Amino acid sequence: MSQEGDRTTDRLARALGWASLGLGAVQIAAPGAVGRLSGVGDSAPARGTVVLVGARELFHAALLLGGDRPAPWAWTRVAGDVLDLTMLGRVVAARTGTRRLRAVAATGVVAGIAAVDLWTALRVGRRGAGRPGGRGAGGPGGHVRSLRAAITVNRPRQEVYRYWHDIENLPRFMIHLESVKTTGDGHSHWKAKAPANWTVEWDAETVQDRPDEVIAWRSMPGSAVGNRGLVRFTDAPGGRGTEVRVELDYDVPGGRLGLALARLLGEHPEQQVRDDLRRFKQIVETGEVVRSEGSPEGTRALRQAMQRPAQPVR
Amino acid sequence: MKAICWMGRNTVEVQEVPDPRILNARDAIVRVTSTAICGSDLHLYDGYIPTMKKGDILGHEFMGEVVEVGPEVKTLRVGDRVVVPFPIACGNCGACEHGLYSVCENSNPNAGLAEKFMGHSPSGIFGYSHMLGGYPGGQAEYARVPFADVGPIKIEDGLPDEKVLFLSDILPTGWMGAEMCDIKPGDVIAVWGAGPVGQFAVASAFLLGAERVIAIDRFPYRLRNAERAGAETLDYEEVDVFDALREMTAGRGPDACIDAVGMEAHHPTPAVHAYDRVKQATRMETERPHALREAIMSCRNGGTVSVIGVYGGFVDKFPMGSLMNRSLTLRAGQCHVQRYLEPLLGRIRNGDIDPSFVISHRMALEDAPRGYRMFRDKENECNKIVLVP
Repeated sequence: MSQEGDRTTDRLARALGWASLGLGAVQIAAPGAVGRLSGVGDSAPARGTVVLVGARELFHAALLLGGDRPAPWAWTRVAGDVLDLTMLGRVVAARTGTRRLRAVAATGVVAGIAAVDLWTALRVGRRGAGRPGGRGAGGPGGHVRSLRAAITVNRPRQEVYRYWHDIENLPRFMIHLESVKTTGDGHSHWKAKAPANWTVEWDAETVQDRPDEVIAWRSMPGSAVGNRGLVRFTDAPGGRGTEVRVELDYDVPGGRLGLALARLLGEHPEQQVRDDLRRFKQIVETGEVVRSEGSPEGTRALRQAMQRPAQPVR
Repeated sequence: MKAICWMGRNTVEVQEVPDPRILNARDAIVRVTSTAICGSDLHLYDGYIPTMKKGDILGHEFMGEVVEVGPEVKTLRVGDRVVVPFPIACGNCGACEHGLYSVCENSNPNAGLAEKFMGHSPSGIFGYSHMLGGYPGGQAEYARVPFADVGPIKIEDGLPDEKVLFLSDILPTGWMGAEMCDIKPGDVIAVWGAGPVGQFAVASAFLLGAERVIAIDRFPYRLRNAERAGAETLDYEEVDVFDALREMTAGRGPDACIDAVGMEAHHPTPAVHAYDRVKQATRMETERPHALREAIMSCRNGGTVSVIGVYGGFVDKFPMGSLMNRSLTLRAGQCHVQRYLEPLLGRIRNGDIDPSFVISHRMALEDAPRGYRMFRDKENECNKIVLVP
């Protein structure tokens, strides 16, 4: 994107800053009126909440109006919008009649504002990606994410290597993979689950394979999700088995938005890679992924945050 | 089936839940014939262990009859009578290979959660929070036992449930508490907490060669039990424990001190108790570590403090200076039960110890809610409750 584009984004961000300043001032000066108008009500706790939201708006204003390059701070407004929409959603659910209608209308207005905020913030993301040599050089509108993790597996190096070398095994412990099929000649076809139940497919090639030492692979040019991976196997000291070290780089589709969205959907990439390795260790050491009734699918970041009760699975 | 479920602080309920089924090839399903309420279940009951969820089935001391085995379980058959150790352990990882079963590297599917609280994850435990695996416990008619080819010990002779049930936790826990003291001839061992684990620690210390054992508690019936196991006793509401121990050991202090109390200790001085109680209630510390502090301060120079009472997180006013400057050794751990099953079953068989002496109450499983209340409030001289489904 051009210099001109940058300036437009900054102007837009500054305008949003002024909007924050105005809204925040009104919310703090007349919380009762704002509460009534939006269907929230003008009880003491409702007024208190409106004042707090107003204070937050002033905080956005300070960020957006204070600096030379305000555009990236538009993300703080996006975060604020998510909060506001959550609160309004609960208000809509709890109210009836006119107050509900007002709350619905207010939700519509905030959603519209949120769209503008998001668009502004996204322009920043795109701008970052276009920078020569920038972090987003990995793909169109993308953002390279590098992940590292390591684990010790209490089995001989040959055996640990052999399990990973059969890459059709990977989906057994890499929870995001649906399947990997070798297509011959060091090539393979990968299918993965993406957030919100999408599926992504790509072809990959093995670029390095030193028996019992290292395996590296990368997606073929033109893949929807560009990615590269490398795993090293070394002897752990004192007969403790094998140290497995993994490096993964992948281009996050949608740049920063993609990352933010993935987090909102409960994805924690760093922990996911650690959990992948934990499952790998479980399979190689004990024969399969270990399950509990609280985590019936086995080790999984999202499930750890939202457990079933520890009761038998029906 | 019927199961005892945690339903929030101070509430357990009998609930109808689905029967367990095999989830892993090395699982077995056990029909529970006896189960017990543990002092550490009270930490859950009182709401001090994080990551509990309403509906969690409690109980980590249980035994019963195998009614189903997964395809990879070669060591057990349907009909076998087994005692199940409370830590779940795979038997294959580095920790298990070294006998450190309660820090098994594979049995906690929620290791990521435990790492946030503790840095690294210990093993999974039956019925003991989601941070420790999210496994249903054994206070139920049936239980799924993972790694059934590693943990459970077969009871092939006619020993009654009450003599072997406590192999699941409190007997080996008390034993390990004493073992960590590295007892040498002439040693004086002090045990904080004369509940069932403390009572077993007293008995174990004698079996391991202690000269004298001193038990510290405030409930006369518990001190009587410790006395029966051979201990001298101190009521910490009657005497100053530190002074008394100094006096009894001619100024040296006990050679080793066992903390069999853990995170919900009481302090005879109301102000000191209130300090930790308030911090615990407001979640500024997770423990009330009076017993541990006193054990450290009381121990002789160069002695050992052995911690088997359960702690959940962070401790305030920890006497690190005393520990460091006086060359103390601090040892601790959830019991590596699997390690002690065979030797302790041998000692039960040959009559060295009859663990059933700790039992004060027997109840139907359905009466567990009343049992929890009674055990917490120490009513009716409640020492140990066995539940029979």
